[in-house]
Amino acid sequence: MLPVLLLTFLLALAAPALVAWWGRRAFWVLALGPASAAAYALASTERVAAGDLPVSSTPWVPGLDLSIDLRLDTLSWLLLLVVGGVGALVLVYCSAYFSRDAEGTGRFAAVLTAFAGAMIGVVTADDLLLLFVFWELTTVFSYLLIGHYAERKTSRRAAMQAIVVTTGGGLAMLVGLVVLGVSTGTWRISEVVAAPPTGAAAVVATVCLIAGAATKAALVPFHFWLPAAMVAPTPVSAYLHAAAMVKAGVYLVARFAPGFAELAVWRWLVLLLGGGTLLLGGYRALRQHDLKLVLAFGTVSQLGLIVLLVGLESRALALAGLAMLGAHAMFKGALFLVAGAVDVATGTRDMRKLSGLWRTMPVAAAAAALATASMVGLPPFAGYVAKEAALEGLWHDATHGGGVVVVVALVAVVVGSVLTVAYSLRFLWGAFGTKPTAADGGAAEPTPVGRRSWLLVLPPLVLGLLGLAAGLTPSTGERLLGPYAASYPAGEPGHLVLWAGLTPALGLSVLVLAGGAVLFWQRRAVERLQGLAWSPRAADLVYRRSMRRLDDLAADVTGATQRGSLPVYLSIILVVLAMAPGAVIASGLLGGSTVVPAAVAWDRPAQAAVVAVVVAAAVLAARARRRLKAVVLVGVAGYGNAGLFLLHGAPDLALTQVLTETVTLVVLVLVLRRMPTYFSDRPLAASRWLRLVLAVVTGAVMMALTFAAPLARVAIPISVDFPEEAVEFGGGHNIVNVTLVDIRSWDTVGEISVILVAATGVASMVFLRQRSGELLRLSRADADGLGPDGHTRDVWIAAGRTVSPARRSVMFEVVTRLIFHAMIVVALFLLFSGHNAPGGGFAAGLMVGIALTVRYLAGGGYELGEALPVQPGVLLGSGLFLSAGVGLAALLTGNEVLESVIIDLTVPVLGKVHLVTSLFFDVGVMLVVVGLVLDLLRTLGAEIDRQSEQRSRPRSTEGVA
Amino acid sequence: MIVLENTPSAVLLLAVGVLCGAGVYLLLDRPLTRVLLGIVLLSNGANLMLLVAGGRAGASPVVGNAPADVRMSDPLAQAMILTAIVITLALTSFVLALAYRSWQLHGHDEVADDEEDRRVARQAADNAPAYEDSDAAETGETLDEEAATVYDQVVERAERLRAQRERDERDQHGPQGGGAR
Repeated sequence: MLPVLLLTFLLALAAPALVAWWGRRAFWVLALGPASAAAYALASTERVAAGDLPVSSTPWVPGLDLSIDLRLDTLSWLLLLVVGGVGALVLVYCSAYFSRDAEGTGRFAAVLTAFAGAMIGVVTADDLLLLFVFWELTTVFSYLLIGHYAERKTSRRAAMQAIVVTTGGGLAMLVGLVVLGVSTGTWRISEVVAAPPTGAAAVVATVCLIAGAATKAALVPFHFWLPAAMVAPTPVSAYLHAAAMVKAGVYLVARFAPGFAELAVWRWLVLLLGGGTLLLGGYRALRQHDLKLVLAFGTVSQLGLIVLLVGLESRALALAGLAMLGAHAMFKGALFLVAGAVDVATGTRDMRKLSGLWRTMPVAAAAAALATASMVGLPPFAGYVAKEAALEGLWHDATHGGGVVVVVALVAVVVGSVLTVAYSLRFLWGAFGTKPTAADGGAAEPTPVGRRSWLLVLPPLVLGLLGLAAGLTPSTGERLLGPYAASYPAGEPGHLVLWAGLTPALGLSVLVLAGGAVLFWQRRAVERLQGLAWSPRAADLVYRRSMRRLDDLAADVTGATQRGSLPVYLSIILVVLAMAPGAVIASGLLGGSTVVPAAVAWDRPAQAAVVAVVVAAAVLAARARRRLKAVVLVGVAGYGNAGLFLLHGAPDLALTQVLTETVTLVVLVLVLRRMPTYFSDRPLAASRWLRLVLAVVTGAVMMALTFAAPLARVAIPISVDFPEEAVEFGGGHNIVNVTLVDIRSWDTVGEISVILVAATGVASMVFLRQRSGELLRLSRADADGLGPDGHTRDVWIAAGRTVSPARRSVMFEVVTRLIFHAMIVVALFLLFSGHNAPGGGFAAGLMVGIALTVRYLAGGGYELGEALPVQPGVLLGSGLFLSAGVGLAALLTGNEVLESVIIDLTVPVLGKVHLVTSLFFDVGVMLVVVGLVLDLLRTLGAEIDRQSEQRSRPRSTEGVA
Repeated sequence: MIVLENTPSAVLLLAVGVLCGAGVYLLLDRPLTRVLLGIVLLSNGANLMLLVAGGRAGASPVVGNAPADVRMSDPLAQAMILTAIVITLALTSFVLALAYRSWQLHGHDEVADDEEDRRVARQAADNAPAYEDSDAAETGETLDEEAATVYDQVVERAERLRAQRERDERDQHGPQGGGAR
């Protein structure tokens, strides 16, 4: 089975190329896919009939227990035959159907072939989830095929409607399948059906499965998508919307019926949906004038009939249903193909414009007559055998205490069959009959006939003859289909026969044929009556109204939630924070359910002093109206934080906080000096009060959270083992640093990636057109006319002459000269000692950054370029590469990713060297941080300088630059 | 047996509360610079909170630095805070660049309301579609009625044009016979 499946999908992949090479003839090759499926089914006939079922299992996603389990039992065999046989014939038909210059034939061929593959998967899958995967694939391919003429609005709308309805049902079905899998503990369909769940799980699964089947098989109230899908090319209507895809819904019902048909909810759903569809489809088919629409509503009706038969628990009905399934695929497929041939020959499908075709298209008419005979149930055709078996089974059950369900079903089948006879005759007469003229009642002149082709009439003729052949050999059908019907839970086994004597069923058949003939004879009266009566279009209207409401609702929700105001969004978030966790904590603390220990005023008295500074700075910063004042106050609060870290016993944090705060402060001042001195005034006092309230509440909630969080800790923290691990595996004594570069180094890799992204973002916002500006070297400065002018000399720093004399400060240059190298040395010390003492890559990088900042402040952009003539992108990239690369290198030595290796060496001059590979990780971190600071200085510093200078002296240096 | 010493000190709680409150107050304002300062204060508050959540103060977490009987402060919380500090620096720079760009483009750094969101809300209030979608428009016909008007490309273009011409000519010569029913 798997090779058949793969072959079909491979052909689908190759289809566009094949069509491009060979044109329409490529369809002959593509037909090999479904043909191989049919051949496989035929070859397996005896094995299946003997109960020696072919199975195959290929692992697919072991983590999900998902494997490609395929199984060919009688039901699968029948459907595989239908899918493969009709598919091959339809593909051959396609090779003559479309004109040579038709658009999108390659895509059409690919999708149609892929659909055949998905369908093969649906009917052979023995895994619940695999079934769903193929099921949804058929939905998607059906969508693409209905919307084949994507430039037509009608096609797009019908395709959208079909996919919305069928996907909705498909999702419901997925829920049902999961319920089945979880409640039974197995994902094998055959095992689930053999041991179905009971109770609520069974009811939920039943409703969900029937919902899936009803949308796929176009049962009421979801039937409306199928007639609308007639916008698809006719071969698609024949294959998907008559023979194969809609049968997937029937297949689902038949597949699970042996396990579920005895449930009351299943029985009533099947009766209501099946019976209702049977009657509604037949009733509406009587009013159509388009050949395809007659067939479409007829298909809706017949699908209802088959679901009714295979869905009830009786064995006799199941056998009749399977026979009807096969018969329907043959006659309805044939009739659609004939409708297509008529369309090709005459350019119309409107039966009011067609006349006298039985003379001009005799072969097509013969094929249609064979198929119609099967559809109305004339002996000795397959349709007759199936319908006779159905009537016999229903009559038997109804007269032997089958209950109200069977009686209702019997009435529905009889009435539905009368309607079937009427619309079948209407189709045959409408397509091929000679119509009287409106004026004098004489025969109308025959419709002119254009292109005809053997390939357009041969496939329907084959299907029509097969219907006759199957009807003539009913006992073979009974033998082959019987095993599956026998798996149904109730009733006596049924029989497929041509002549069973003068039974009540025969009487009903005669009644059906006579009633149908009368309805057809009195068609004008029937049509008039239908015109007066209520027309059941409600489902379509409900669908369209609900889609419009959904659009409206979506727009309303968007309009209501997306107010477009940042403060509103933030307020909502904060209010939720205050309401949800805040309320819980408040109730816990006030309600007494949380044990509140005696308060500790401070860990160390110095904390109180530092906190006083922090609090004052924060409050003043919030009130400040001057930008720089606010920035400085925030900086004070930050340095205060560093003090608190130090007092808490976190020297690494204190060091990093001080360095970060310095860089932040410098960068903020660099930018803000270009911006207005004061914040713009906002006169809305009310909003200020609102903000204040929210701020106080949030602050209080955060305090409460901070109070509650440590109290909630009951387990021994994971960090208890860190000291030991740090020394043994990390080779270092500074636990925080070892945590960063070894124990939790993945976090750090993520973090430096964030830094890289942020730095790149800053650069892209300031250097508008490129990743970064060019390197500002002194040679550039000379070219820009900033060279030596006699007044200035470069005694202390490299690029002092590029700064205007009024801004230069000799003291600053001297200090810079003195401390720059010292700072670099300190940075290196922090880097190398960081593993055992406070320090590390972050601190070292920040220290280098501050050293560079000093150079920049003293000598401007050119000085920075001389101090570190590298593009920041290079530093960022190589830093990340080094950190992550060290991690990968560990893989080469057979360790885990990012695992450290400790190397102890004795080097002649240095003495004993203790080298841990995570040092290189730390070097990478340092490079990234240096890259960030360099990027900030070059963008928010030098580039903003350049831009504002350009603004202040327009055009003077433009020409040179 | 390790005893968790988690009782937070009151002054740290106060610092967390005030930093967060002041941060939120700034965050809700319109000028991006104030939003940015709010983020910085809020981050400081959050870092302190993490610190407190890690347990009470203790010796610095360096092996061999403190006597064995002195409790060490929690290194895991500290590593997380260290990461957070540096990320805050990156975030600060980014928002700062945003503020600068906003000032460069608009002459101010205030966060303006999103006009597009307002437009969508207005359209929704009027029950007008927010975007053009002719496929969803009502045509009065049901889709199956429309399906009868759709034909496949089965005749080549030249042939199609010829047939059309012939039909037009026939129609001019008088009403066509054979209208069924």
